Parts: sequence; structure tokens; C-alpha cells
Amino acid sequence: MSELNTSAQATPVQLNRAAEWQRATEEPEWVRRSLIGIALAFLSAFLILPLLVVLVGAFEQGLGVWYAAVTEPDARSAIRLTLLVVAIVVPINVVFGVTVAWAVAKFEFHGKPFLISLIDMPFAISPVVVGLIFVILFGSQGWLGNWLSAHDLQIIFAVPGIVVVIAFGTMPFIARELIPLMQEQGKQEEEASLTLGASGLKTFWYVTLPNVKWGLIYGIILCNARAMGEFGAVAIVSGRIRGETNTMPLHIEVLYNEYMFTAAFAVSSILTGLALVTIAIKSTVEWLEQRTGVTA
Amino acid sequence: MSIRVDRINKRFNDFIAVDNVSLDLPEGQLTALLGPSGSGKTTLLRIIAGLEQADSGHIEFHGQDQTHEHVSDRGVGFVFQHYALFKHMTVFENVAYGLTVKPRRERPSKEAIRKKVMNLLELVQLDWTAHRYPAQLSGGQRQRIALARALAVEPKVLLLDEPFGALDAKVRAELRRWLRRLHDEIHVTSVFVTHDQEEALEVSDRVVVMNNGRVEQEGTPEEVYDHPANPFVYRFLGNVNLFHARVHEGTATIGDLSVPVPEHHDSQEQDALAYIRPHEIEVLASNESGDAIHAIVKSILVIGPSVRLELQTEHSKELIQAEMSKHQFRGLGLLQGDEAWLRPMQSKVFLQEDEAPAVSGS
Ligand SMILES: Nc1ncnc2c1ncn2[C@@H]1O[C@H](COP(=O)(O)OP(=O)(O)O)[C@@H](O)[C@H]1O
Ligand SMILES: [Mg+2]
Repeated sequence: MSELNTSAQATPVQLNRAAEWQRATEEPEWVRRSLIGIALAFLSAFLILPLLVVLVGAFEQGLGVWYAAVTEPDARSAIRLTLLVVAIVVPINVVFGVTVAWAVAKFEFHGKPFLISLIDMPFAISPVVVGLIFVILFGSQGWLGNWLSAHDLQIIFAVPGIVVVIAFGTMPFIARELIPLMQEQGKQEEEASLTLGASGLKTFWYVTLPNVKWGLIYGIILCNARAMGEFGAVAIVSGRIRGETNTMPLHIEVLYNEYMFTAAFAVSSILTGLALVTIAIKSTVEWLEQRTGVTA
Repeated sequence: MSIRVDRINKRFNDFIAVDNVSLDLPEGQLTALLGPSGSGKTTLLRIIAGLEQADSGHIEFHGQDQTHEHVSDRGVGFVFQHYALFKHMTVFENVAYGLTVKPRRERPSKEAIRKKVMNLLELVQLDWTAHRYPAQLSGGQRQRIALARALAVEPKVLLLDEPFGALDAKVRAELRRWLRRLHDEIHVTSVFVTHDQEEALEVSDRVVVMNNGRVEQEGTPEEVYDHPANPFVYRFLGNVNLFHARVHEGTATIGDLSVPVPEHHDSQEQDALAYIRPHEIEVLASNESGDAIHAIVKSILVIGPSVRLELQTEHSKELIQAEMSKHQFRGLGLLQGDEAWLRPMQSKVFLQEDEAPAVSGS
């Protein structure tokens, strides 16, 4: 990209054939500038500006207030709950994603296209509807309600419900990332490993996994980011019990509704910070992937 | 170890890929599975390896039934057409793989593994690539590494699926000679799949010709080339001319020419085709014996040290091809458009009714 830019800037000076050819295949200078300008304007308006608003909102009354807001018991509970849910959901989806991708990529069976489109369902359904579905299934008035209460199990308005809806909502990320990757890899390396005497498990560990390593990490990062931020479905199944079933996004909303803007922004800043860390890791992964992609 | 393939059948949905194939492959030999694309060679090889499950039939190594052994327990070395090297491992790690994944009790020491890998890399003449990644090697080098990797576990049998199929002609020719020499050194029972008859004839101790999932013929390269069992094998093993002939009580006639065909001694006035290879036709400038086949020289092509004539005759639908040395050609003094006379030095006559099934493949 930078190469193209510098050579294009040279065109007015060198009016030779190469330059003419370049002008014939490239957009005029002003088009390029305005396109980049528009992109930057959008990014600032919708990403950087809100980010600044969050940070300013969080810290404008000083570090002490910020600290008090994020260490207040309800906030701590929300942070703890969010991290707990992520710690449960991400491993579940790693197992699920790898299993499904493996099945789709390495075996032939009937109904494969159907399975693949099924994986996308959580993206297609509105989170609110997802929440309602699980309330209907597991709620005290729901289909399994009697059985659950008879066994003293509470899912709705409790942590298990939150885990379930978030796991459902973030289910596609890892599988989506791995399926095309595994399909492209084919089976030959695995077959080679098997003929060399490796067991199925060793083959998976030493051959399959390293080959999809970057895709898997990328999928985990996306899944993680989304799991922390999930709102709609959680709002319905959690019952919003302060200090108990509120995740960070829910807690922020509560604070906002109670006009506690500084506190809302303070907790937001933590969530945003986690998101920024995620993006940083993601960029690092992409960079590493590109670099090793060249040599290996 | 010897390999026995016993009445193996395999279908994919309705398609019969391997059709009741039985083979005995003797210990220490290099056998070529030769056949056109889609004839079931790869499927058969994968069944021998255990990478594919046969619908029925048995595989034995050295008299021991392997049919229900898992791939990883069969002790086969498999070389894939597209190398299938582990991309994320160095050449050294690739070759060492089969040893490092062994259960701890059987695993050699680190030092022993290193020694063995370096020996193998020397054997395939690539010890200097140990720390490279597969992507940094040429196709021919990758395939040699794949072979070293397969040999590292000291396989009972070595199976190669079109090992040189993805390489260009020159590298192919070099590598197959190299494979032959290597096999003479290590003597592991080997089967390699190819669709290239030259490769099969040049490299192997035995050739198994396959078509439509069945074995058409097996034997030494010489037997198969000199005495093809049927028209399919005749055609598949090289260029061949087809002359219309009539067979009556052990004699075939092509025009005025009579050829003894004792194998058809009880045939009565039957239509037949005589199969004659281009270098088995004697071209004459005059009809001295009186019974040679009349032809017209249509084109003359000099290919390096030899000359190929294309001739037209009323006893063949297509132009007849005849090959000879430049020296012989000069002696004849033939020009394009001249009359010439043909005599087969060797031929094989198949009755038309023989021909039909093999060609249509039904
Ligand atoms: N996994 C498979 N599923 C369906 N058909 C297959 C499969 N593998 C091979 N075949 C079919 O079986 C036939 C024989 O294939 P193959 O053994 O690969 O032939 P060859 O190696 O002689 O070219 C081909 O027509 C191929 O399309
Ligand atoms: Mg094949």
C-alpha cells in the first residue's frame, strides 16, 4: 500500500510510459484521499470518540472516585461474574468448535450442509429471543420447570442460565474460524501421522492442532470478546439481581438508569479496557501469523 | 514381508472402485500398480495400508491377517503423491516424528533418534536440509524427505502413491532411478502406484496392470510388455497398430500375409485384430517375398536417432506407425508418397469377440 502511494505521488513529475500506465490502472489522487478520509471520519465518530467519552466520563472526577466505583461490592460482583462466565464459556466453545469443525472437515455424512447452517443460528436469532427461549425451557413456568424445581436446580435467574445463553450466543465463533481452515488442510497430514504409528489423540495433538493453531486462537479471542459484552439474552435470563446475577454490561445499565453516570463510565472503562486488550492480542496474533506464515 | 491381497472389494456408493482383486506380492520386491486414472490403484493401496476399509476381503502381511488392524498398528510406510509433510515441523522433526510419537517404553533415546534421522537424511542425500521447513524445499526434495520419514519407523512394507506424479519430467526420471537404487539397498517390500507405463516398466520387479478396479495382468515388466494378456494391456503399455485380420483354424491372414496363431486353432473364419507395435514392423521398399502388406508412406518424422513413418494401408482404419533407426531408414531410400511393404516381426492376434469386453470395460 505504501509503495503504491509513493509511486503514485511521483506521477506528475515523471511523465513517462510507466507513469501513464499506472494512472490508467489507479484511481485519481482525490478519490483515494476522500475514500481514506471518509473511512477515518467514520472510525473517529463511531469508535475513537466514544472511547474518549468513556475514558473522560470515567476519570473526570478523579482516580479516587473511579476506584471507589469499580471496587464497590456490586461492581466487584459484576466483574467477578463476567470473568467467571467467560472462564466457563470459552473452554466449552473451544471443545464444541473443534469437535464440530473436525466432524465437518474430516468426515462425509448426510446433512452436513444443514449442520453448517445450524451453527450460524445463534448469529441469526436476536439475543432477546434467545433469552426468551431459555426462559420458556428452564423457567419455573417453563417446560422443564417442574422437573428442575423438583431436583432443586435453578437455571433461570442464576449463573447457569447466564452461562447457557452466553455459550449459545458465542457458539459459532470458534467453529466458524476452524471449519474452512480444516477443510483446506484436508486429511493427508493426519493420515501420514497415523501411518507413522501415532494414535488418533497424538495425531490430533501434534498435527491437527498446530495446523489450526492461529485460527483457534483467533476464534477464542472473538468468542471471549463477545462473551464479556453479551447483553440482551443475559438481561432476560439473569433476572438482574444486583450483586448476584448482574454481569458487567447489566451492571453498567443499572448504574446508568440510576443516573450514576460516573460509576457507569468507570465500570465501562474496565469492560472497554478488557476489549482493548483483546484487540491488542488479536492484532499480535495476526501479526505473528503473517510472520510465521512466510517462513513455515 | 510378503503382502497378500485376498478377494478385496470396495465400492463408493454405486461405484465399484476395487472389484474382487487378489494379489500375491513377494517379499523384498518392488511392485508397480499400473493403470489409467480412476482404475482403483490408490483405493487398493489405501486398503493395504488400512487408510481405507474394504467392503470384503482380507489383507495379509507375511501370512498374518491385517484386515482388522488399525493403520497405526500395521507398520506400513506410506508416501503420498503430494508429500503430506508436516508443514509446521522442520525436516528433522518430520523424519523423527514416527520415532518421537512411540510410547515411552519403545521410544529410542534422543541421541539415538538424532543419529537415525541424520542417517536417513544422508540416505536420501538431504542431510543439509535438516533445519529447514518443507515449504523451503523443491518438490523432489520434499518427496525424498517424505520417503525418509516413512522409512524411519522401519516399515514392514512401503507403499507409494504416485510418488513422482507431481514432479516435472526430468526430476521424475532421475528420482525413479534413484528409488530403484534405494530399493536395491534396503530391500523392503514395496508397492508403488503409477499411471505411467514407462515408469512402471523401468523401475519395478513386478507390474500389476489394473483397469476398472480389476487386475488385467501381472508379471515381470518384460512378460507384461512382450506378452500382453489382452487388448487393454497391449494398448496401455505403449503405441500399437491394429490390423484387420481373419482367423481360420490356427492361421491369421492380413491381406496376402499369413501368420500362424496356434492359440486360435479351433476358430472358423473369424474377424480379428492383429496388434503390432511400431518397432515390430519391418518396412520394405519392395515386395520380394510376395506376401507383404501394401502401404503408402504418408509422413516421415525424425526423432533424434530414430525415424517414425506413418503409412496408410487398406488393412487398418488408422495410419500405421513404424519405427526404425536412422541407419535402416537411409538403406530403404523411401520418400513421402512412395509405396512400401510391411511385415510384422511379432504380433498378437485377438479375436473381435475377445476385444469387445476389454475395451468397453463391461
Ligand atoms: N472417497 C471416495 N468417494 C467416492 N469415490 C471415490 C473415493 N475415492 C475414490 N473414488 C472413486 O473411485 C475410483 C477409483 O479411484 P482411485 O483408486 O483414486 O483411482 P486411481 O488411483 O487408479 O486413479 C475413482 O473413480 C474415484 O472417483
Ligand atoms: Mg490415484
